[in-house]
Amino acid sequence: MNAAMASNSSGGGSDRQRIAQQRLRIIAGHLRRPVDVDSTILAAECKAQDSKTDVSSEGKTVPRRRQEIMKWNGWGYSDTKFLFNKKGQAEFTGKRYKLSGMIMPALKDWLEDTFGTNLQHKSPATPILTSSAVQPPTLNEAFVEELKSTGIPFSHDAEDRVFRAHGHCLHEIFALREGKVGRVPDLVVWPNCHNDVVRIVELACKHNVCLIPYGGGTSVSSGLECPPEETRSIVSLDTSQMSRILWIDEKNLTAHMEAGIVGQDLERLLNESGYCTGHEPDSMEFSSLGGWVATRASGMKKNIYGNIEDLVIRVKMVTPQGVIEKSCLGPRMSTGPDIHHFIMGSEGTLGVVTEVTMKIRPMPEYQKYGSVVFPNFEQGVACLREVAKQRCAPASIRLMDNEQFKFGHALKPQVSSMFTSFLDGLKTFYITKFKGFDPNCLCVATLLFEGHREKVLQHEKQVYDIAAQFGGLAAGEDNGQRGYMLTFVIAYLRDLGMDYYVIGESFETSVPWDRVLDICRNVKLRIIQECKDKGVQFQPLASCRATQTYDSGACVYFYFAFNYRGLSDPVHVFEEVEHAAREEILANGGSLSHHHGVGKLRKEWMREAVSNVGMGMLKSVKDYVDPNNIFGNRNLL
Amino acid sequence: MLLKRSTRGAHSAKPPVLIRSQCFVDILEERRLRSDLGHALRTFRPSPYKGGPSCSAADLPKIVLESQHLRYVVKEIATETGASPEEVREEASAILEEMSQNLQLGFIRLLGYIFTKVFKRLFTSINVNMEGLKALQQAIQESPVILLPNHRSYVDFLVISYIMFTYDIPVPVIAAGIPLAGMKIVGAIIRRSGAFFIRRAIGSDKLYWAVMSEYVRTIIKTGFAPLEFYVEGLRSRTLKSLMPKLGMMHMVLEPYFKGEVYDIQLVPISLSYDRVLEESLLALELLGVPKLKESTTGLLKASKVLQDDYGIMHVNFGRPMSVRRLCRGKINLRQYNLIPRAEAQACVSWLAHLMVRIQEEGSLISPWSLMACLLLQAPTAVLTEQGLPWHQLTEKTIWLRKLALDFGALPDPDVMSSAVALHHSVVRREAGRVYLVREEEPERKRPISPEEDVIRSAAAVLMMVSYRNQSLHLFVRPALLATAIGVTKTAQRDELFAFFCFLRDVFSNEFIFIPGESSQDFEEACVLLRKCGAVHISEQEVTASDAGLEALSFLQALLQPFIDSYQVMFRFLCEDKVHVFAEKQFLPAVRNLATKLILSGELHTYETLSSDTQKNVLSALRRLETLAKLES
Repeated sequence: MNAAMASNSSGGGSDRQRIAQQRLRIIAGHLRRPVDVDSTILAAECKAQDSKTDVSSEGKTVPRRRQEIMKWNGWGYSDTKFLFNKKGQAEFTGKRYKLSGMIMPALKDWLEDTFGTNLQHKSPATPILTSSAVQPPTLNEAFVEELKSTGIPFSHDAEDRVFRAHGHCLHEIFALREGKVGRVPDLVVWPNCHNDVVRIVELACKHNVCLIPYGGGTSVSSGLECPPEETRSIVSLDTSQMSRILWIDEKNLTAHMEAGIVGQDLERLLNESGYCTGHEPDSMEFSSLGGWVATRASGMKKNIYGNIEDLVIRVKMVTPQGVIEKSCLGPRMSTGPDIHHFIMGSEGTLGVVTEVTMKIRPMPEYQKYGSVVFPNFEQGVACLREVAKQRCAPASIRLMDNEQFKFGHALKPQVSSMFTSFLDGLKTFYITKFKGFDPNCLCVATLLFEGHREKVLQHEKQVYDIAAQFGGLAAGEDNGQRGYMLTFVIAYLRDLGMDYYVIGESFETSVPWDRVLDICRNVKLRIIQECKDKGVQFQPLASCRATQTYDSGACVYFYFAFNYRGLSDPVHVFEEVEHAAREEILANGGSLSHHHGVGKLRKEWMREAVSNVGMGMLKSVKDYVDPNNIFGNRNLL
Repeated sequence: MLLKRSTRGAHSAKPPVLIRSQCFVDILEERRLRSDLGHALRTFRPSPYKGGPSCSAADLPKIVLESQHLRYVVKEIATETGASPEEVREEASAILEEMSQNLQLGFIRLLGYIFTKVFKRLFTSINVNMEGLKALQQAIQESPVILLPNHRSYVDFLVISYIMFTYDIPVPVIAAGIPLAGMKIVGAIIRRSGAFFIRRAIGSDKLYWAVMSEYVRTIIKTGFAPLEFYVEGLRSRTLKSLMPKLGMMHMVLEPYFKGEVYDIQLVPISLSYDRVLEESLLALELLGVPKLKESTTGLLKASKVLQDDYGIMHVNFGRPMSVRRLCRGKINLRQYNLIPRAEAQACVSWLAHLMVRIQEEGSLISPWSLMACLLLQAPTAVLTEQGLPWHQLTEKTIWLRKLALDFGALPDPDVMSSAVALHHSVVRREAGRVYLVREEEPERKRPISPEEDVIRSAAAVLMMVSYRNQSLHLFVRPALLATAIGVTKTAQRDELFAFFCFLRDVFSNEFIFIPGESSQDFEEACVLLRKCGAVHISEQEVTASDAGLEALSFLQALLQPFIDSYQVMFRFLCEDKVHVFAEKQFLPAVRNLATKLILSGELHTYETLSSDTQKNVLSALRRLETLAKLES
C-alpha cells in the first residue's frame, strides 16, 4: 500500500469513483494503524508492515548516514556553499538552488565594508572530524543486546553520533569547525515506524537509558546538546526514517504522516497529489514534522495556513507512560485543556512524536510575489500594522530594515534574467525621481500572495493601496521573490563568514505593535553598545525584520554578526552579547521566543516568562509522564 | 591664596584656571574684546540629536494632542465629567498653549545681546568647564539629553542658554514655573527663549498631568531639544541643596523605562556664585517677609543690583550620565510590559538624589563660604560689637581650606581679602578686625525693641548662613560622625553607625542623602575623618585622635545650629498642649519662642528663625510619622 499512489485523484472520474477511492484510502489508512493501545506500551511487530511500506521511502531526502549528503560542521548540503573563486568573486556552488552556480560580485565589497573583513585573513575550519576527538561510547550493554533482538537499526559510529549531538547554534558550529566535540550520544537508533519507537522507549525505560529525539537537526536553542552532566548512556532517536505519508483524506482535507518526514518531502509528495500543508518554516528543507510539533513551529505563510498549532488535528506521541493521543479527528473539542498543548512545545522532554494528522489545502491556483519600498522603517512598520488591522495580510509579508536591504543587494547575481537589477531600478527610478528616499534609510517589504487569480489580484491592489498611504512604492515581483529565496541561502552564508572571522546568528521574538519600533531600535543599539563594551574591534552588523503580522503584534527577527579578529574568546563574547540582546528584548516587552523555542539556551528566563505556577504545572506534567527523566535532554524546564 | 585678584577691566590674557584637570574658561573674556552685536548675530549651527525623526516646533503641539495617550485620557475625562470630548480636547489644547515654549532663534539672539551687556556688568567672569561642554555637545547628538542645573538664582537658566548659544549647542527647552509666564513682556521673552511653563500645584488634575507628561515625553522622544529642569524644583533660598522633586524626573525618565528611547543622558550642572544677585531678598523671605511676586516692575526695581559686583560665576557641566547604565540592576523594565504605566518611584528617587549630589560635588567652594562657616561659629554679639581679628580669621580659613581639599572640594582660587570686599553687604573689615554688617537703623521716634533687634541681626546672620550653606554638603557626612562621636562618647563602630544613621534620618530633609546608602555615607565619613587625621579606625572601633580635636570640634559646631533649632521646635511641639495646629500658626509661634530664647541667652543660633528650617522640621516629622497632615 503506497500512500503516494493513493493520492492520485484528479482523473476527472465520476464522483462515485472518487468517493470509492477516497473510502479505500481511508480504510487502508485505518488498517495500517495498530490496534489501539491503552496507556501501556505494546510492542507490536511491525517488520512486515515495514517491508510493505518501504517502497514509498525510496524518494527520501534524508539518508541514515546524513554525512553522505550533508556537512558535518556547517549548514546544509555538502555540495552547496559560498566561496571566493580565484578572481576573488563570491560564488555559490552546487545545483540545488536558483542561486547555485552564480557569481555575486557585490558580496565581497559588502563583507569588507560591513565587517572589515579581508580575503587575506582566513579562519578555515578543520577539514575532517578526527574520531579520536570523540569520546568512546558509554554503552548500556543490556539495552544494546535487547535492541539488537528487535532488529531496529542502530550505530555507535563516531560520525553518526557527532552528527546528532548538535543543532545550528553559533557556538555549536564554531566548536565543530575547530574540531572540538563535547558530550555526544553514545548510540543512534533509526526506528522505522511508530511501533519501533514504542519498543525503543520501552527498552530505554527498562534499562534506564537517556533518549534524545532527533528530527532534522536544525535546532537553534541548544535543544540537541547532550547535557554534560548526564551519566547514563545517551541514545539519539533519529526519526528520519519514519517519513511516509500514511493517508490523505480529501473529503476532510487532512493527511496523516509519520513525524520524521522533512518539510520539503512533505510538500513535494503532497504537491504530487495537488495538495499542500502550506507550512513553510525557513528550515523546511531539513526540519521535520515532529520537530515542528515539538517546538511550536511557525511557517512563513501562516497568514493563510496558520502556525503548527492551527494545522495539527491529531498527534501521537510515545512517552514512558505510554502513548498519548486523542480519540477522534473532530476539528475542535471542549474536553478540558487541550492535551496537544502539552505535546506542542515540549521540546523532546516528554516523548517522541511519531505520527501527525494535519490539515491540507489544495495547491494554490496562483502565486504572486511582490515588494514595496518605504522611505524608512517607521513607515514600513506603520504599513504592516495597518495591513494587520484590516486583516488583509498576504500569505507572507516581511519588512526588512535598511541593513538587510543592503545585504540583499550584496547577493545580487552577476547575470540573471530573473533578477531585474534591484539596485539599478531603485537608483534610476526611486532615488532620482523620488528624492525623498534616502538610500541609507529606505527599507523593503516583500510580499507573497496566493489563491485564486482574481482574488490575488484584488488582494494585491488592496495591499498596495495601503502601502501607498504610508509612502510605499511598488518595487516589483523579482525583488519579492529574491527576498524569499535568500531565506534558504542565508544559512549557507554564515559558513562563508566563519571562513573570514565573522560570526553571527539570528534570533527572534514576538512583540505588541506599539513596541515594534522601540524594540527594533533598542535591541540593535544594545548589540552595538555591548560589542563595543566587550572589546569587539569592528562595528557589528545588527539588523532586523518584521516577519509575521498578527492582530495584536508582530514577529521580529534579528540578525547579528561581527568580525571577531583580535578577540581571544569570540564565542564567549558572542554569547554575552546575545544574552544582553535577549535581556533587551524582554525589557522591551518582547517574548522569550516566537518559534525557535527555549531549549537550553533560553531556559534561565523560562520561569519569569510563564510564572512560578506555570512552571510548576509544566514540571508536574513532566514528573507524571517521565518520572525517571528518560527523555533527558533537559530542555525547557 | 592671598594674591590680589586682578581688578575689573584689566583682563589681559589669563591662563585658563585648571581645577582637577578640568579646564575652566572665562566666556566673558572674548565678549569684552569683541562686538556684542557680532556675537548676537553670529551663525548658530548646532548639531542636534541624530537618532530621532526631526520635529519642528510647529509639529510639537500637534503630535502631543494627537497622541494616543492624550486621546485616551480625553475620552476618559469626557465620560467621567459628562462633558463632550470636543470640550475636553479644547481644554487640553488650552493647557498646552499655556504651557508651550516658543523657541525662536531671533529672541535667543536678542537675549544674547542683552545678556552679554548685563553679564559683563554683573560678573567679573563666567567660568565654564570646556571639557564638560564638549562632552555635552557629543551627548546631544547621541541621545536625548536632560540638563539638570542646581537653582540658586533667577539667572541660572539664562546663563545656561547663553552658553549653549555661544558654543553652538542646541538651546534647551526649559521647564519653568507658571508665575514667570504671567510677567509682562518678560514672560513672552522667556517663552520665546525656550521656556515652557508648568503650574506649581497640579495635584490631581488628570488632564493637566496628561498634557504635561505627553508634552515632555514628545520632546524627549523626538529629541526636539535638550530638556532642562531644576531637579530641586525650586530656587534654594538658603543656597543649600533642596530635596529633589520626583514628578518631573519621573516624567522625563519614563520614555526610557518604557523603551521608547534607547537611552537618556543626564547632565548635572553645578552653578556656583561668588555672590548671588538675590542675597538681600533671601534672608528677608526666610524671616517671614512675604515673597515678592515675580513681576516685571519688581525685576526693574531689582535693577539696582546691576550697579554691584557679583564676582565670579562658575558653571560646571557634569559628565553626561547614561540612565541605562545608572539603572542597570536597579529596575526591572519588564514590569512595563503588561500595563501601560507602573511606578518606579524608588529608582527615580535614587537617581534624583544622585543628581543633586553630583551637582553638589561639582560646585566650587569659595573661600568666602569657608569664612562664613567660621564666622558663624563666633558668637553673634562678638561679630557685631568687637569684631573678629582678621589674622585669626585668615589663619583659620587657610586651615579649613586644607580640610576642604582633603574632603575632595573643588577649590576656588579666589582670595580672602577680595572676598570680604565683594561681600561688603555682609561683613566689613576695619582696623584689622572683621564685623558683621547689620542693616542701617532707620530714623525712629521710639527706640528699637529687643525683638526687632533680633530680627535685624537675624537678617544679617541668615545672609551669611546662605553662603556657609554653599560648602555644607562637603562637611555634612563627617560632621554627622563627629557629632555621633561627641554625643555617644563611644568608639564602637556599630554604635556609632547606629547613631550616625539616626542623625542622618532626622536630617535628611535638611541635607541630601541618597536613599538607602547610609552605610556608604558612614564609610565615606570614616574615610574622610581618617584622611584628615581626626580619627583612628580599626575593624571594630573609631577613635578620635588628639590631633583631630580641632577638626572634630569644628564639624560638631557646624551641625550645632541645626541640632539646636530642631530641639527648639521639638520642645515647642512637646510643650504645646494642642495636638492639632495649622502650619500658618506654627511658624510665627516658633519664631516667637526662638526670639524669646535668644534674648534670654538660652539659644545661640538665629537659624531657628528661618522658615526654611522650620518647614524642614515639619517635613522630617511627617516623614518619620510623628506628625500627620490633616486635609481640611
